[in-house]
Amino acid sequence: MESDALGWWGVPLAVIAGAIRVSTPFFFVSLGECVTERSGRINLGLEGTLVMGAMSGYGTACLSGSPWLGILAAGCAGGLFGILHALLCSLPRVNDIALGIALMLFGTGLAFFLGKPFIQPKAPGLPSIDLGWWSSLPQVRSALEVNVLFLAGIAAAPLLAWGFRNSRWGMIVRMVGDSSDAARAMGYSPDRVRLLATAFGGFMAGVGGSFLSLYYPGAWSESLSSGQGITAVALVIFARWNPLGCFWASLLFGGAGALGPALQSVGVTEGYYLFNAAPYMLTLLILILSSSSRRRLAGAPAELSVTR
Amino acid sequence: MVEAGGRRFEAMIEAFLPPVFAVFFSMALFGAFVALAGVDPIEVYRLMATGAFGSWFSVQNTLQRAAPLLLTALCTALPAQMGMVVIGGEGALVAGGLAAVASGLALSGLGLPVLLVQFAMALAAMAAGGAVICFAGMLRQMRGVNETISSLLLTYIVIAVFKQIVEGVMRDPASLNKPATRALPDSLMLGMLPGTDVHVGLLFGLLFCLFGYVLIYHTTFGFAARVVGGNPRAARLAGLPVGRLVLIVTALGGAAGGLAGMVEVAAIQGRASAALIAGYGFSGILVAFLARQNPLAVIPVAFLLGGIAASGGLLQRRLGLPDATVLVLQGILFVTLLASETLTGRFHLRRPTAEVKEA
Amino acid sequence: MSHDFQLSRRSLLMGMVAGSAGMLAQSVPFGRALAASGLTVGFIYVGPRDDYGYNQAHAQGAAALKSLPGIKVTEEENVAETIAVEKTMESMINLDGAKLIFPTSFGYFDPFVLKMARKYPDVTFMHCGGLWKPGLPANAHSYFGYIDEAEYLSGIVAAHVSKKKKLGFVAAKPIPQVLRNINSFTLGARSVDPAITTQVIFTGDWSLPVKEAEATNSLADQGVDVFTCHVDSPKVVIETAEHRGAFTCGYHASQATLAPKGYLTGAEWNWEKVYAGFIADILAGKTLPGLIRGGLKEGTVRTSPYGAAVPAAARSQADAVKAKFEPGDFVIYKGPIKDNKGQTVIAGGVSQGQTDIALESMNYLVEGVVGSVA
Repeated sequence: MESDALGWWGVPLAVIAGAIRVSTPFFFVSLGECVTERSGRINLGLEGTLVMGAMSGYGTACLSGSPWLGILAAGCAGGLFGILHALLCSLPRVNDIALGIALMLFGTGLAFFLGKPFIQPKAPGLPSIDLGWWSSLPQVRSALEVNVLFLAGIAAAPLLAWGFRNSRWGMIVRMVGDSSDAARAMGYSPDRVRLLATAFGGFMAGVGGSFLSLYYPGAWSESLSSGQGITAVALVIFARWNPLGCFWASLLFGGAGALGPALQSVGVTEGYYLFNAAPYMLTLLILILSSSSRRRLAGAPAELSVTR
Repeated sequence: MVEAGGRRFEAMIEAFLPPVFAVFFSMALFGAFVALAGVDPIEVYRLMATGAFGSWFSVQNTLQRAAPLLLTALCTALPAQMGMVVIGGEGALVAGGLAAVASGLALSGLGLPVLLVQFAMALAAMAAGGAVICFAGMLRQMRGVNETISSLLLTYIVIAVFKQIVEGVMRDPASLNKPATRALPDSLMLGMLPGTDVHVGLLFGLLFCLFGYVLIYHTTFGFAARVVGGNPRAARLAGLPVGRLVLIVTALGGAAGGLAGMVEVAAIQGRASAALIAGYGFSGILVAFLARQNPLAVIPVAFLLGGIAASGGLLQRRLGLPDATVLVLQGILFVTLLASETLTGRFHLRRPTAEVKEA
Repeated sequence: MSHDFQLSRRSLLMGMVAGSAGMLAQSVPFGRALAASGLTVGFIYVGPRDDYGYNQAHAQGAAALKSLPGIKVTEEENVAETIAVEKTMESMINLDGAKLIFPTSFGYFDPFVLKMARKYPDVTFMHCGGLWKPGLPANAHSYFGYIDEAEYLSGIVAAHVSKKKKLGFVAAKPIPQVLRNINSFTLGARSVDPAITTQVIFTGDWSLPVKEAEATNSLADQGVDVFTCHVDSPKVVIETAEHRGAFTCGYHASQATLAPKGYLTGAEWNWEKVYAGFIADILAGKTLPGLIRGGLKEGTVRTSPYGAAVPAAARSQADAVKAKFEPGDFVIYKGPIKDNKGQTVIAGGVSQGQTDIALESMNYLVEGVVGSVA
């Protein structure tokens, strides 16, 4: 009938396209958090950081007219939240998990408060790069219309993986994460290394947030994040603190999120709430399957509180 | 004996000095924040006092809003005794609300005494909420899955299943544009406390908090739980049944959250619908941490936060502040309070060095 | 008073039933007393009031009242459908002295507005949702608009513009109000070309930006080239569709500025006019009926001005049907109508006019809609 409707073939295409569209914030949050956790701290506050990044990125882009400045501002706002987390956690008796929950609340509240004037205005969005020029199918072209942040995320994963293994910095971070005593004996301050690692994690989460507000879906609103920040933290655990694993986990997660709407578009309309929860079920299932009470998770930083 | 009692009292005061200090410090920070936003902080605090405690109406408003928080806070505070950070109160509440409505509807036609049916509803709610959080405890115990993350993921999943059921098999066909289950009969609804506008759910919360306090601080069970929280390895070596303790305590925490759901449907909504997902579970986390996970301290903290929530509307209407103002204040309170943990043990009513010399 | 707030026969009848049943009627001296001392009006929104959608439409209505002499407006946003709204209403009454309250979310009515209306018989509640029935307190008024009339017109325009004959509808939940909009939109489109289909995706909730964007993209991948939606804030759907080069019809408020190329027209609320009418009636001491509904004829709803992409044929056909709506003699649901499973839902010869109560419990999608209500 219509040559340009894909029918059931649209489902896998939509899942792949959805994975590309939806996964970018997960890349950034999980890669950043990967570095933080490798240094021996967990920052659950990245949900608040992501929302704060989305708001400050959108607001800055509105005021300055430049989405690139927006990304930078989002990253800086996120970095500040990371620094706050790291500084407070370096005080004795302050628990990193609890503080993360507190910063989740604070970041979200602050973003909602400061973001009121930016719900209405339209900010200049990020440009996209057309990688689907070779295809005659508009669906494929649209699916492969990617954002520079997506490419940056793809590049960052192997770069970080390489860095952990081969660079001096990677080694220091891993050492601090595995034994702060050993690091101290070698003359490195665990607190300072963790400060930098958490600030980096915050920066990445902020940038991930700006992707939501500046590219896809591309507007600031209070319901923008549906837990992307916190689920990305869970992704790091099932990616076993491996940046390449984070990359694949994010793609999988993005694709699972696209499954619900894609199935409905071909007429499978039963149980859409359950399809919408598919990413969470998937995460939990993989966490259950990949964990064990007897041995520590392979690759887990020994200093990390969540795995203790 | 008197001396020992006095010391204990002093120790309690010392334990609560850091949080009190944190509250005042965050009030100053928040005052500076609203001042930056161009609003007079004195006026803000005056309005908050009026909105929270200024009149009998305001006091009742505060009590109403505190009621669910008493229970959802326990959902975090009880497992915290064992060193676990559970943030699935919202999931427990929603599961409890649905179980209460389902059991209430199933039993209402049988001519049973009202009190018995209400009791069954509460039990069903507590079982459902308990199951959700206990599952997170079980995953932690058996598979080593972090309970903070699993309890949050479980909450998302429970909410999805809840919506699927409420807007699917259990939907009342007459609930046209607000999908919901059938309504509980009026006879099953919980009444008000005499002379007030506050439902008896408040009483449930107070009793559960007292029960939690006695259980944790005045029974061997509670002592064992706290030993596990202090050092699981030592507890295991001492022969404590760590696995069983984790399961029971998480189930109890979840039961408190589930009971909050029963109160919400049986005292307020009358039926289960998406309106049940109102964030009480998440506010409960904040209450638990502000109360330093002490079930008795949950009571005043829940009233404090109930008061903040009650006064939020007034800030919007009189000063034009956004609704998120309350979230900012809560966030500042939460962060400052956790940071103040570092001061624990540094406040002393008597100089410790002098004491050592005397001794 | 020349405001032309006309009432349907049914709602007028219902108002009379209530009056004769001896319910607490709006006391007449109320209006006169208020005119002298000023009236505080409280507005309660379920979400942020600048959402380009449902709440913004109400906030614009509230803003229109602020300029009236003697009227003080007090507003609260993001109020949940729990004890919170009950306490907000009570706080507006007790602390702000509000005598007229607009709780604007559907879910506020039962039990919260009803409870407050019984407790404060001298306060007037104007609830948005159209839920009042005889026997309920007479001061708990509930109003709503037949916005599906505007949807029908949007459908006509969409049908003229669509090249692939596939329309897309991103909706929150399969509830009667939403189904009626989907069906009216589709019937409007199929009145132009019976080969047209409307594909529906339910996101499951009123505000899920990422899901709404995904739904729009999925539909676009299936060849849909004209979009509309029924969610709290249409911003994301409209912008995403514009990005995909598709055309759009708005909802709740005008989203024309969000989609300069593809915006065709839209179904909008006209609360500015309706609320000013309520206030004038109340100040004049008139008794308002419990249930108040209106459509294009009463000016409760309106259509967005046509966008540049709307061809002349579409304009003339839509305008012609609109002209029939305005006197109130156009019927959308005229049998025979089949649902999309092939069953007859409205028999031939049966005509369900806008006020027909049967339409309020719609639980089907008409022939031509791809999707299901379950």
